[in-house]
Amino acid sequence: MSDVSHWSIFINAALINNFVLAYFLGICPFFGVSSKVETAIRMGGAVCFVMLVASVCAFSINKILIWIDAPYLRLISYILVIASTVQLVEMILRKLSPGTFRALGIFLPLITTNCAILGLALFQTNKGYGFSQCVVYALGAGVGFTIALVLMAGVREKLELAEVPDLAKGTAVALIVAGILSMGFMGFAGLGA
Amino acid sequence: MSTPTTHTDEFIKGLWRDNPVFIQVLGMCPALAVSNTAMNALTMGLATSFVLLMSGLSVSALARFIPREARIVCYICIIASFVTTVDYAIMAISLELHKSLGAFISLIVVNCLILGRSEAFASKNSMGRAAADALGMGVGFTAALLSIGMVREILGAGTLFNVELFPEGYQTWTVMVLPSGGFFAMAVWLLVVNAIKQRQETAARLKEEAS
Amino acid sequence: MTAPAVETRPATSVWSMYRAIVGIGLACALLIVAVFQGTADRIRQNQAEALKKALAEVLPQATSVLAVVDDGGSLVPREGADLPVFLGYDENGRLIGAAITGIGMGYQDNIRVLYAYSFAEEAITGFKVLESKETPGLGDKIEVEPHFVANFEALDVRLNPDGSALANALVTVGEGEKQSPWELDGITGATITSVAIGDILNGSAQQWVPLLNRYRDQYAMRPEAPPASEEGS
Repeated sequence: MSDVSHWSIFINAALINNFVLAYFLGICPFFGVSSKVETAIRMGGAVCFVMLVASVCAFSINKILIWIDAPYLRLISYILVIASTVQLVEMILRKLSPGTFRALGIFLPLITTNCAILGLALFQTNKGYGFSQCVVYALGAGVGFTIALVLMAGVREKLELAEVPDLAKGTAVALIVAGILSMGFMGFAGLGA
Repeated sequence: MSTPTTHTDEFIKGLWRDNPVFIQVLGMCPALAVSNTAMNALTMGLATSFVLLMSGLSVSALARFIPREARIVCYICIIASFVTTVDYAIMAISLELHKSLGAFISLIVVNCLILGRSEAFASKNSMGRAAADALGMGVGFTAALLSIGMVREILGAGTLFNVELFPEGYQTWTVMVLPSGGFFAMAVWLLVVNAIKQRQETAARLKEEAS
Repeated sequence: MTAPAVETRPATSVWSMYRAIVGIGLACALLIVAVFQGTADRIRQNQAEALKKALAEVLPQATSVLAVVDDGGSLVPREGADLPVFLGYDENGRLIGAAITGIGMGYQDNIRVLYAYSFAEEAITGFKVLESKETPGLGDKIEVEPHFVANFEALDVRLNPDGSALANALVTVGEGEKQSPWELDGITGATITSVAIGDILNGSAQQWVPLLNRYRDQYAMRPEAPPASEEGS
């Protein structure tokens, strides 16, 4: 399982099995935040960052849990450790780099409890990736998330000018747009082979 | 809400008025991801309902001991334990089912519906009412998942709970069992729910004007 | 939003916070461990059954199996590998073949397969998809399409003269163009998936078939009552 190439892992996470459009992870910010392209890009940056942190955390926790032979504690320790690490990083960031914090900080608490983060941790464990593969996988997932978010935001900016029937306003039309985007992303399948 | 509502009211509201998926649009991740067949949808719905009920009961019972500052950590701990329980239970019942749901069982932990109900309802209501609320929300969630799952399975595979529905030669809408089908099925259900709600509101307004 | 009863309380002491978090943590850990213990037997039994079913499908002649791993070029009996490989023995305890797990990138995601190698025929004689997310109706034909399944009646994996690799690499060709016994007849409309299967089998067979043949004599008879073979047999 560990002989899958890094490029294939990256393409797979970013495009073919896009976290938002194929796994439906992180849908809440996808529909909530993605109404302005600029916000979407910043949010995407924050997600990439948290995903990297979470991926490294999850990799280490999993090693420890295998070592002490307690796989049943995986879920509970993943969520607790990831949440507290992100909090810690947030505090450090605020002290060291207020600029970055202002750009990304407001999103961090929102992202921690996002299912995309825990999903990433669980998927990389299921796939049995090694350390460098985990990092690439997290990067790919983050980039894919950002792409989906920005695309959606772009469509929604235009959508505001369109006449949408009363019934479909809000979530329903966003879902249809997402469905069409997801169909478009199906075209990427086969790239990683 | 000033008059004390009965347990039945708490139960009923989750079914339609505050339906978690169609009205509050919470917990969409599992609603879309594992609703490609009716069986998966039903299992996911039941698993989520169980976690909702158990964590609702525990949070309600322990509310007095949990300081406000530490409540989220405690809730997540409780929820994660019950999710692990469900995970192992499903593995013990059927490995096949567990494989088709994959990591999405574990992802119940981050379903905003559960943390939301624990925080907003169970922590400040008695165990009985928390249970009624959780059951209502659970049944509403399961029903919503099942309705999406049924549409997707019937159109996408021509079956329902693995029973063939159509004569040979039925051209399946493969797109419905693919991810994009999830978005479409959910969108169509939202349209239906919106239409019904709009009609009810108009009827209520007309009645008010008449009286 | 939060309960008024809680808000009127004075600032929570550190002690009560510790008490709550540690208490709940302990209770949760207890619950998880209890559930894990309670279901462990049942889950192990399910897994053994699933394995038995899969093995019976690809290697029906085998009545017992022995799990082995490739330990840096030598074959040693061991359980619980990522990609398990099983030696299959008939009722007289004679080595007849092996069931090998392979994995590789398909159209959508990784495909995991189990295939059988027969020593007598020097060929792949059974094939089963363990895990795939290929497109329903197109890519998932690899499990049902008759002419594709027919590839695995006897897919030639003879070794080259010095036994270091396959004499002919396995390769997927276009539908209906199969000429030689080491070619896989592909599926039109599922090209990438059927080519991926060819690549997975080739990669795995190039590693395992030479290795299995080198150790064929050493494992020719089933080891006496090895604890390892009980579970899967």
